[in-house]
Amino acid sequence: MSVAQRLRLRVFPRLPKALLLGGLTFLLVCALAAALPAFSPFDPAEQDLMQRLEPPSAGHWFGTDNFGRDVFSRVLWGTRLSLLIGLGATLAGLVAGGALGIWAGFKGGWADAAVMRLIDVLLSFPSFILCLLIVAVVGPGVPILIFAIGVSLVPKFARVARSSAMAIGGREYIDACRTMGASDLRIMVRHVYPNVAGELLVLASLWTANAILIEASLSFLGLGIRPPAPTLGGMMLEGLNVLHEAPWLTLMPGAAIFVFVLMLNVIGDRMRDAVDPRLRDV
Amino acid sequence: MLAFIARRLASALPTAFIALVLVFFIARILPGDPALAILGDSASEAALVALREKLGLGRPVWEQFIAYMGDVLRFDLGVSMVSGRPVSEDILHALPYTLELTASAILFGIVAGVPIGIASALQRNGPADYVSRAVSLVGLSFPPFFLGICLLLLFAIVIPVFPVISVHEGGSLRGRLMALALPALTLGIIFMAFVARSTRAAMLEVIPEIFVRTARAKGISEWRVLLRHMLRNALLPIITVVGLYFGILMGNSVVTEIVFTRPGLGKMIVAALNSRDYVTLQGLTVVYCLIVIGVNLVTDILYGLADPRVKLA
Repeated sequence: MSVAQRLRLRVFPRLPKALLLGGLTFLLVCALAAALPAFSPFDPAEQDLMQRLEPPSAGHWFGTDNFGRDVFSRVLWGTRLSLLIGLGATLAGLVAGGALGIWAGFKGGWADAAVMRLIDVLLSFPSFILCLLIVAVVGPGVPILIFAIGVSLVPKFARVARSSAMAIGGREYIDACRTMGASDLRIMVRHVYPNVAGELLVLASLWTANAILIEASLSFLGLGIRPPAPTLGGMMLEGLNVLHEAPWLTLMPGAAIFVFVLMLNVIGDRMRDAVDPRLRDV
Repeated sequence: MLAFIARRLASALPTAFIALVLVFFIARILPGDPALAILGDSASEAALVALREKLGLGRPVWEQFIAYMGDVLRFDLGVSMVSGRPVSEDILHALPYTLELTASAILFGIVAGVPIGIASALQRNGPADYVSRAVSLVGLSFPPFFLGICLLLLFAIVIPVFPVISVHEGGSLRGRLMALALPALTLGIIFMAFVARSTRAAMLEVIPEIFVRTARAKGISEWRVLLRHMLRNALLPIITVVGLYFGILMGNSVVTEIVFTRPGLGKMIVAALNSRDYVTLQGLTVVYCLIVIGVNLVTDILYGLADPRVKLA
């Protein structure tokens, strides 16, 4: 086996086919969202004060905003920004929460008690309030938002990873590894992680949708990435003042978030059904 | 039962304590001098020194911490840096608005979500199942503020049934309920989606159980089988989910309050963030944490009521 092949198997262990298919669809949707700005007919920042608050037309599909900027182009760019933050945050939560959970569940004892307490405390802050606080303390910016939303996702991944790791820790093949002199780290990486990976990936696909909703809510409150950067939530906030005269300013970005999140949720659902055969629909 | 409640309470206390410690330290690492932030740039050096003295900023951190814990226990959350009023008073004024909103959303979510979930599971892969699953997926994917704006456009502007702005101070009960309807529906529809999904999943696990077949074989009515044997056993996972999504509901209530301009905790926290009123922010965080810890506690106790086996564990 080549090095690349071994690495691939290490990070993405043998997974059920349906799960891989779901994962590929997920990546496809993400790639599509990332490529969206290439289709934008206008520069999202270009102002045309002669064409303010134009309703949707053949020239401007989603109309224009208060500064005469093309809403369609801004929605495309904003969707990519949402995706970047949502994916980044989920990845951060997945890696940190997954590692913590596997470690706690596998080691047990004081490590487990400490991690469980941390999870309890993190869960006692509503995740959205936690994000608000972190952004308030550190200030807005893409890395900060990824960090803030990622932190709020850590307990969700850690709980699932912990309970799976606990169940696996008691299996005979783990004892066998120990007898052969494998270190704890090796057992966790080579034997526990591959068994938890499927469940974590499903969770990740579902929480990406939620992370995008959190990002949209933050920017809707004016606490996300600062304008003039096109964020979907921020565009809706700007549109709220002219909801009567120009409802498309609010409705179009809102519909974009909705459609995008709905797609991710459908894919996540399919993947979960693949992993949990009890709930599978024929 | 009392011993069980006491045990649960005892395990919630350390969590509450650590959460309070965390809030204390987050407030300490906030950038800037609190005295300068309160008095403004034009304050004299003497006034700044006096205020720092009064706030106890010169004392060792552990002394400050003990004073802070004492204050929190007496529900003295300091004085707002903007309005000059005690934060606890402002919170007590805003709290009912948030509580009536979240409580009615939970009520709507359960009353509508549980039957939908049951119907969905009973007619698995039938038309009712597809419709209800589609509805809950859609509900799950709506950003709360977008759903709020859509409802607002539809029911307050296009078909003016409900008021646009839902502030209602000392109005009639009818006025208060009308003002509550749209925001509660916004949060309730999303909550209903979560409840319907988890009810369906829980029911699907119970339906093939042997005790269900036994109950039917005994000849009890189908309704009794459904309520006493299936739902009773499916209740546990449903309670878990309701408890788990309460945090999300709390977060969603913030944006909903902004859309409908309700003077609740959410509107208060956004105002405090925008004016950098750290004292209010700290007080609000404490209150949010205590609410969530309280709800988790209630969930745990309901668990014990729904399933006697949990009490023994």
